[in-house]
Amino acid sequence: MSLDVPSDLGVVGEAVELVASALPAGTLSPRRLRFNLRTALAEALANAIMYGGRDDPARIVRVRVELGRDVVRIHVTDEGDGFDPSTLPDPTRPENLEREAGRGLFVLRHLVDHVAFNEKGNGICLTLRAG
Amino acid sequence: MTFSLKKDKSGVVVVGVDGQLIVGNRQELKQKVLESLDGGAKKFVVDFSKTGYIDSSGLGVLVSLSKKIREQGGELRLAGLNEDLQTLFELTKLDTLFAITRTADEALAAF
Repeated sequence: MSLDVPSDLGVVGEAVELVASALPAGTLSPRRLRFNLRTALAEALANAIMYGGRDDPARIVRVRVELGRDVVRIHVTDEGDGFDPSTLPDPTRPENLEREAGRGLFVLRHLVDHVAFNEKGNGICLTLRAG
Repeated sequence: MTFSLKKDKSGVVVVGVDGQLIVGNRQELKQKVLESLDGGAKKFVVDFSKTGYIDSSGLGVLVSLSKKIREQGGELRLAGLNEDLQTLFELTKLDTLFAITRTADEALAAF
């Protein structure tokens, strides 16, 4: 499945539901579908739209879903210049706890089984194993 | 409407979040709470008993509001988190920043 999403934060919810509802029943446990996938994909999309698409609806974020036998891979790619994820501070450190922003990628990493970035840094691949 | 505000008899503002608190509606919550704060309210409970989903932007606006309310001598408590939302707060260690109760009534009683 492939979806082109305009860089508009208002469509994140709808895009997430489209992907979640397209997965065959039983691919993921109810909780992982309801919480892990939805939350991680929403975070990835919001980041792609805000930072890659600069919230410009003319810029597109591409979502591509790959289904393996026991695995779901979701690729989210934006039209931005990319970034280096290793530069992000740990939002759980005491000195960062009261920051308003900076939790999206951290949350996402802890909800899926694997996260990979493309070389440019404008694409992320989320892997969720069955169960 | 996603956010409802009502004052209990002791002046605590209870904010109900219906559905979700996300990047697309967090500014609306911020505006409503800050309006109440500017109007003199000091104690707030955000009731998540009807909330299915909060994203990191929603978490961020709660952090920001908590700070602003404390700066004005007030207090913000959270209530009614389901299992998923509780996990989110624990993951991000925000359960150490907020006073969280099981129900809004418990939060009100704790003031």
